[in-house]
Amino acid sequence: MALAERPTGGRRSAPLIHWIKSILKTLGTIAITMLGLLFVTFIIGRVMPIDPVLAIVGERASQSTYDAVYQQLGLDKPLLVQFFYYLWDVLHGDFGNSLLNARPVSEDIARVFPATLELATLGVLIGIFLGVPLGVIAAVKRGSWIDQIARVVALVGYSMPIFWLGLMGLLVFYGVLGWVGGPGRLDIFYEDVVPTRTGLILLDSAIVQDWDVFRNALTHIILPAALLGYYSLAYISRMTRSFMLEQLSAEYVITARVKGLSERQVIWRHAFKNIRVQLITVIALSYANLLEGSVLTEIIFSWPGIGSYITTALLSADMNAVLGGTVVVGLIFICLNIFSDLLYRFFDPRSK
Amino acid sequence: MNAFSRLLTGAALGMALAVTSTSAMAETPPNMLVIANRIDDITTLDPAESFEFAGSDVSRNVYQKLVNFDPLDLDAGYQPDIAESWDVSEDGTSITFKIRDGLTFHSGNPVTAEDVQFSLRRAIILNKTPAFILTQFGFTPENIEQTIVADGDTLTITTDKPYATSFVLNCLTSTIGGIVDKKTVMEHDKDGDLGNEWLKTNTAGSGAYSLVSWKPNESVTLKSNPDFYLGAPTMERVVVRHVQESASQRLLLERGDIDIARNLNPEDVAGASSVDGVKIADELKGRLMYVSLNQKHPELSKPQVRQAFKYLIDYEGMRDSFLKGQYTIHQNFLPQTYLGASDEAPFNFDIEKAKSLLDEAGVSGLEIEVGVREAQERIEIAQAMQNALGQVGIKMNITVGTAKQILARYRSRELDVYLGAWGPDYPDPQTNAGTFAYNPDNSDEANATGLLAWRNSWDTDGLTEKTNAAVVENDTVKRADMYKTIQADFRETSPFVIMFQQIEQSAMRDNVTDFSTGQAITSASYWQVTK
Repeated sequence: MALAERPTGGRRSAPLIHWIKSILKTLGTIAITMLGLLFVTFIIGRVMPIDPVLAIVGERASQSTYDAVYQQLGLDKPLLVQFFYYLWDVLHGDFGNSLLNARPVSEDIARVFPATLELATLGVLIGIFLGVPLGVIAAVKRGSWIDQIARVVALVGYSMPIFWLGLMGLLVFYGVLGWVGGPGRLDIFYEDVVPTRTGLILLDSAIVQDWDVFRNALTHIILPAALLGYYSLAYISRMTRSFMLEQLSAEYVITARVKGLSERQVIWRHAFKNIRVQLITVIALSYANLLEGSVLTEIIFSWPGIGSYITTALLSADMNAVLGGTVVVGLIFICLNIFSDLLYRFFDPRSK
Repeated sequence: MNAFSRLLTGAALGMALAVTSTSAMAETPPNMLVIANRIDDITTLDPAESFEFAGSDVSRNVYQKLVNFDPLDLDAGYQPDIAESWDVSEDGTSITFKIRDGLTFHSGNPVTAEDVQFSLRRAIILNKTPAFILTQFGFTPENIEQTIVADGDTLTITTDKPYATSFVLNCLTSTIGGIVDKKTVMEHDKDGDLGNEWLKTNTAGSGAYSLVSWKPNESVTLKSNPDFYLGAPTMERVVVRHVQESASQRLLLERGDIDIARNLNPEDVAGASSVDGVKIADELKGRLMYVSLNQKHPELSKPQVRQAFKYLIDYEGMRDSFLKGQYTIHQNFLPQTYLGASDEAPFNFDIEKAKSLLDEAGVSGLEIEVGVREAQERIEIAQAMQNALGQVGIKMNITVGTAKQILARYRSRELDVYLGAWGPDYPDPQTNAGTFAYNPDNSDEANATGLLAWRNSWDTDGLTEKTNAAVVENDTVKRADMYKTIQADFRETSPFVIMFQQIEQSAMRDNVTDFSTGQAITSASYWQVTK
């Protein structure tokens, strides 16, 4: 009996072992990637010509004050030792305090990241809902006026400086027409009105059903999100067009047409279905780029997001904040990668 | 953003706003003041530690001091605040302050001499960056029990020697002189830090406003103190919003979503000034732009060469072009509005005069290096200077770098020439005299990196002694004259070419009155503002 049962048990446990192995492999990859990322960022931060001590003590501090803070920050220790101290703290969930504002970096990131998340998510949604249909239509009606428009839209999106476009958008839609809110996430009068739960103001205000705040937040986010969405749209529509063109010239599409399927079925059921996996990569990349924080957009729109947080920290030599921000950005890329992998498996059985 | 794109953006903004203005204007509530400012320099709100501009603005409105400046009459100098009056001992080493009766902290606790004693002692024990403003009077953690003493409703401070009373009191008007609520602060003491960790992000004062929130790089919100002893402020709420970009600040102001924009660039100031409902207010600030010559350099140390450099700056040309509206010509180390400040400006751009001075010194074919930090206006000044020096046969190589790169070399006396800015630390002439014209030991071993005279290897030609004398002179008028004399000598003999003093241009809605950025001597105050 026992002998007879063994093979059955083995067959059952094989997928489990495979599954565990796969998870361990993924975790190992994450750990090595994060370690590499931290190490490189740490070393770059230390060799860059910026001085965290000077940022703290000021230009006119005496040498003794300078030396004291230098030691206090552990900068007198060898680079590797400094790195291992830092790594030890990170492994314990402690990103340290910001060298400049003395708050825990994790608190700062928890405050600024939702602002970026909200903006990037809305931006990428705009990019997807407009970019994908535009790309598909441009491919199907190749050479038509709609294809030309798609090309121009993409070209302008690629080549127009975001700083200029943002300012012009603000000027026209806020300054002249008054259709949208100005820089910032809310009008002053609505700030701190709804309790912060997720940090996503649209969501927080919807939870407590404060629709005035919701509307106000929407008027503030719509312009920067549309701007970021436009850049996503430019990329997504170009890629969609190119993927679709490849599929539309494939033999199976001709076969489907010969079989008498409607054009709609040919495009959406057959051709589009086959570009989903490639599109996931494009969208994930686009989303990850937006989640890094678009520094210029954040500056123009006074949007307190992670992009301007990391940039300000870098310029102020606040390396704890830079490293903390880098870890978050790294995690975003890794998470989106894993998520894309899962979606691949779902949409493309071959990748299983 | 470079000058060209600034210009383009400014022009586009101006044109579009001038052509169309169809939408309804917003307006801030009458009891609320909304300011756009760059507040990313705030690192702490603890008055014992705060040393940055935006942080000092918060402190000035939240904390009272023993003596303080009246924003509506800054020229009057320090005035009674928590101290109702004061007496100076005959030997000039002790000042006894009588504490005003009936003051309360925002917590409701009474303001007592004990709180003042605690606040000043605390600043010395914590020994944070601005602590030198107090410790220069000889206070140490070891002697504070004898030198800072509360007794009933009086507080006596005893300095290590008889300093000018105006010097001591001016220093007490600095942010570090802010009086904190001992009881509240000690409730948040952590591991003997005297509440430092807590006070970095919270406040415990008795001033015109209390802190509602500080969100780094986002906003500072203050609410008025109805029990403020000078009367409840008209502006019941003040919101200072971090808006990095000048063009964004201008749009917010012109749309009426803010009352004051504090960081407009010259193009946006020019554009906003022609808009209905907006006015521009200029205030002189403390920052000076200067060039200094390292006296270790065999040629740069010649008196005629020092003089020649002072004629090689196109003061007016720069003021009227890329520094327009942002800087005024100033050739003395004390900023205008300071006690003892001088408006003498004898040097002008005179190539021939410079040439003859250089000939007299026997200098020819000189090649030197100037260190400049990567800031647009400084680089432009360096380029203008490079051009002028080229005309007298001096080749000047410009090295642009980060603060770390340039300051490290400046502090270790390695640069031939440094071009940079200096802002005073506290509102007394000693703050600048004590660094530009004071250097008791010029040896390398002294390592007095905090002193500008030392960084330039200049032994001050006897001005150190004169500075020491001025700092103990009790007659304020005489003291002011002494600084004027020191500056007259300094102008002629020093290796420093002081060029410009900063002007802050605040653009505001025209219904805002009495707003003050505090000129060169203090920070912005809001309690006197009306709309």
